Amino acid sequence: MTDVFAVSDNILSPLGMTSAENFERLKEGVSGIRLQEDKSISDEPFYAALFDLKMDEELAASIPLSRNFTKFERLLIASVRQALAGSGVDPADPGTALIISTTKGNISLLEAAEPVPDLTTNIALHTSAKKVAGYFQFVSQPLVVSNACISGSLGIITGMRLIRSGRYRHAVIAGADLISKFVLSGFQSFQAVSPEPCRPFDKDRLGISLGEGAATLILSGNKALIRGASIKVAGGSTGNDANHISGPSRTGQELGTIIQKALGESGVTAEDIDHISAHGTATPYNDEMEAKAIFLTGMSRTPVNSLKGYYGHTLGAAGLIESIITIASMKEDLVIPTMGFRKLGVTVPIHVAQSFLPTKLEHCLKTASGFGGCNAALVFSKLNASYTA
Amino acid sequence: MNKEKYIISSCSISPAGVRKDGSLLYDRDDRPLGDFLLSLYTHSGMDYPKFYKMDRLSKLGWLASEILLKDATWIKELLPEEVGIVLSNAHASLDTDIKYLATTKEFPSPAVFVYTLPNIMIGEISIRNNFKGENGFFIFDRFDAGFLEQYVSCLIDEGHLRSCICGWVDVGEEDYRAALFLVAGDPPDSAAPPGHPGLLFTKTNMDKIFMEDTL
Repeated sequence: MTDVFAVSDNILSPLGMTSAENFERLKEGVSGIRLQEDKSISDEPFYAALFDLKMDEELAASIPLSRNFTKFERLLIASVRQALAGSGVDPADPGTALIISTTKGNISLLEAAEPVPDLTTNIALHTSAKKVAGYFQFVSQPLVVSNACISGSLGIITGMRLIRSGRYRHAVIAGADLISKFVLSGFQSFQAVSPEPCRPFDKDRLGISLGEGAATLILSGNKALIRGASIKVAGGSTGNDANHISGPSRTGQELGTIIQKALGESGVTAEDIDHISAHGTATPYNDEMEAKAIFLTGMSRTPVNSLKGYYGHTLGAAGLIESIITIASMKEDLVIPTMGFRKLGVTVPIHVAQSFLPTKLEHCLKTASGFGGCNAALVFSKLNASYTA
Repeated sequence: MNKEKYIISSCSISPAGVRKDGSLLYDRDDRPLGDFLLSLYTHSGMDYPKFYKMDRLSKLGWLASEILLKDATWIKELLPEEVGIVLSNAHASLDTDIKYLATTKEFPSPAVFVYTLPNIMIGEISIRNNFKGENGFFIFDRFDAGFLEQYVSCLIDEGHLRSCICGWVDVGEEDYRAALFLVAGDPPDSAAPPGHPGLLFTKTNMDKIFMEDTL
């Protein structure tokens, strides 16, 4: 089977405009979550990691004909542009796929005070995908993944599969989501938003903090394009709890099955996994379910983190941002601690990373779960990693 | 060499009627979508109270899946994780997005908000049938049989799935359409007689069914 390599990436978040900047902020222990007082989103103040006006303006100024694009599209363009630069991957090559992952895309158009002309067309995710593809002159038809909070992870898995099947040689996977009144009020209606910055896996966790962000990961079957340490997307799997549309499985068995499938496809065992980047939304049920899945698959002692305490839950971008940070962690052999975590608050023993942990990272697991009962698991491996089996 | 995959069954719901394996079950219906879906549910003699709380997109997809799977008893012989669902549409959940936004003027409704994601429909079909395999929801401007053939074939060839429900379920401003295909790599013997005997799972065959079902 063709090896699929992570050859370039970008994270555009309130913490920074490049993956390197973002990783530096994490190493400094900086969180993007702030108390927000934006009346256009909520009458009451709320905690979230949002782009400030200055970043918005910089972004708009950096994109020619910026007015033709919505903020959502500008984020995608800025992120893809930075990831493509110097990557050696050519959008004009018919062998290059473009995959966009998002949950709500241009939903703010629906909330606009003034009616938006051609709303149905302009709000459609395929319209945004075509605009982004057109900007970079992609030749292939862009693909849009919109599968709740596993969208980013599913985008990476899809890219890996398209390359392995031989249909494409490279895949540019870009995800973004913005926080609007629509999104915040929805999570608030579920009583799911934390009144303080979120605390993944903590005893006193009170729910999620939302976040804005965009990220791009470029995958390629061409080893020559690798810069620096080579990391493979070794395997990935998705599935469904078949239990409830807005609550996760009570047993974690389904995520456990998906994890085992992803490990199997990657040729590794639970013992080989050096670090888990969990979904860790800090809702009581999600973290409990994930902990059970980690426990069931025999990884109680493997250091787990959740990055939600730095970025908030960035929805369709989350799987991409967190995978890119995992890749950066592997390159530096450094596990990032779980911001907001103090004392374990799940019913099974798992090792939540609480401080910086320099350790050899050869194989890492990324998990994600979302509304609709969906789960995803991905394995990243170093090219010359060792295997127990 | 990858093994052949077959379209075991198909189901289409549109204003032109309801078809299973190409045969007309219900004739043209010009009532509003909500009324039509409720009458289809009632007339089919289904008993599934969760139906009433679904949004129109999920109702449409769920009803199509019920009709699609009606005689597919063999699917119960497969493991839950061996059956997946890969769906697509053009409007994502716009129909319900508009409804949810209206509720925020008074009191934001969690029961409506949860349906502002198109993949909730995959969850509903999974819960009903205990399917736990691969999930994927993709957005295209029009039905893209080529992508489905390629993606679902890959899932079966790589051993992720033995059977998959795939297709298109869309609710637009003035139109709606569901077209689902039940695909299997090696249908168990009890799958006979299939609705489409020996029909290969290809872009051409899906496009043909997609078009003929609205004639």
